[in-house]
Amino acid sequence: MIQKRFGNVKEAVADIKDGATLLVGGFGGSGLPLNLISALTEHGAKNLTVVSNNIGAVSDGVAALISNNQVRKIICSFPVGPHADDLVERLQKGTIELEIVPQGTLAERIRAGGAGIPAFFTPTAVQTELGEGKETREFNNREYLLEHAIVGDYAFVRAFRADRWGNLIYRKAQRNFNPVMATAAKITIAEVDEIVEVGEIDPETIVTPSVYVHRLVQLESEGEVLVND
Amino acid sequence: MTKELEQIGWSMPDLASRVALDLEDGWFVNLGIGLPTLVGDYIPEGKEIILHSENGLLGLGPKPEPGEEDWDLVNAGKEPITLRPGGAFFSQSESFAMIRGGHLDAAVLGAFQVSQYGDLASWKLPNATLGRVGGAMDLTAGSKRVFLFMQHTSKQGPKIVEECTYPLTTPRCVDRIYTNLAIIDVTEEGLIVLELAPGVTFEYVQQLTAAPLKLHADVRIENIGVKL
Repeated sequence: MIQKRFGNVKEAVADIKDGATLLVGGFGGSGLPLNLISALTEHGAKNLTVVSNNIGAVSDGVAALISNNQVRKIICSFPVGPHADDLVERLQKGTIELEIVPQGTLAERIRAGGAGIPAFFTPTAVQTELGEGKETREFNNREYLLEHAIVGDYAFVRAFRADRWGNLIYRKAQRNFNPVMATAAKITIAEVDEIVEVGEIDPETIVTPSVYVHRLVQLESEGEVLVND
Repeated sequence: MTKELEQIGWSMPDLASRVALDLEDGWFVNLGIGLPTLVGDYIPEGKEIILHSENGLLGLGPKPEPGEEDWDLVNAGKEPITLRPGGAFFSQSESFAMIRGGHLDAAVLGAFQVSQYGDLASWKLPNATLGRVGGAMDLTAGSKRVFLFMQHTSKQGPKIVEECTYPLTTPRCVDRIYTNLAIIDVTEEGLIVLELAPGVTFEYVQQLTAAPLKLHADVRIENIGVKL
């Protein structure tokens, strides 16, 4: 019988090794897998490459991994926020590397990673600082940049409801980067409000099919607070 | 409103309502974070404009009443928002496929600088450690129309310039510039002033613009207030 459920977030992240690449869903504090991140700060894996849209929007998001000196490289579109000071300090000291990627290119690089597409051409960032050094090609009289896929060893995603197989549905704009990141990692771990039996989610409404999800953790109904500052 | 915004010409809410007048019924529109978000509050009654947000929403409604906030329902500025009937949720990759694929009729965005050719600089100040690109490059590369919503000048001086000196967001992307002083089209023939704010002269606008302007033949000098 398929059983993807882990007892808690600590067990779900226990095998993450130093140097792993981690995709973290969420947009600001919305849909951010805070409990998995918190477990990883306790776990302590180091030299991580973290791919996530916002760094520093909330204190207990990816910013916490940076403050805890667990991150070697950040790939994001928006490295600015009230909790980005530790990132700035580490950038100045040269102990962390930052790759800024336009948000749509970030989403598409991850989508490509999950879909087996090694690279693609996009018009975004042509003739800008973020496009410097990239291969270009003209299609239909317009210039495009070659961008490469991103894949992760692990993806942390936040969803609303899962079934035992790992089919996921999301709540409102919590969805954001979570479904695309779920497709692009060797091991995708979802923290969810509730896990139900197979068949209890209407198949017409499933957003992330079970094939992409490897581990599930059901959150305690209390104690989870989303703060947006 | 902060003091900085209480300047000559249109107030920012007046300008927001002016932009809203130019958005056509049935358009899908992305409003950038910050000032452009104001436009959403001034869409005339009876006009259906479907607002898009990068984080995977179509059909944004007004801000929720105090106490009604839902932190799973936020806009691109991470502020609580509401969803109108007919609204939809989708993933970030779908959201940007929409943007890049040319499905949005307009993006209304802020700017640090814009050149006479419509080059936009909006994501990074010169010498800044960090830029904040977000979705700006995708929106300006992909939307059918790019409208800027901004103060005419900054503390550093004119924001409309011959050539951008700040890092570019996208070259040759801006179609129209809405400022507190004027509405200016970016055309093959250069920057054309379509409309002047009440009490503002063409000469004054030109003085505060570091690129040559032309006056449109039918420019409305006496603009009627557009408060709704």
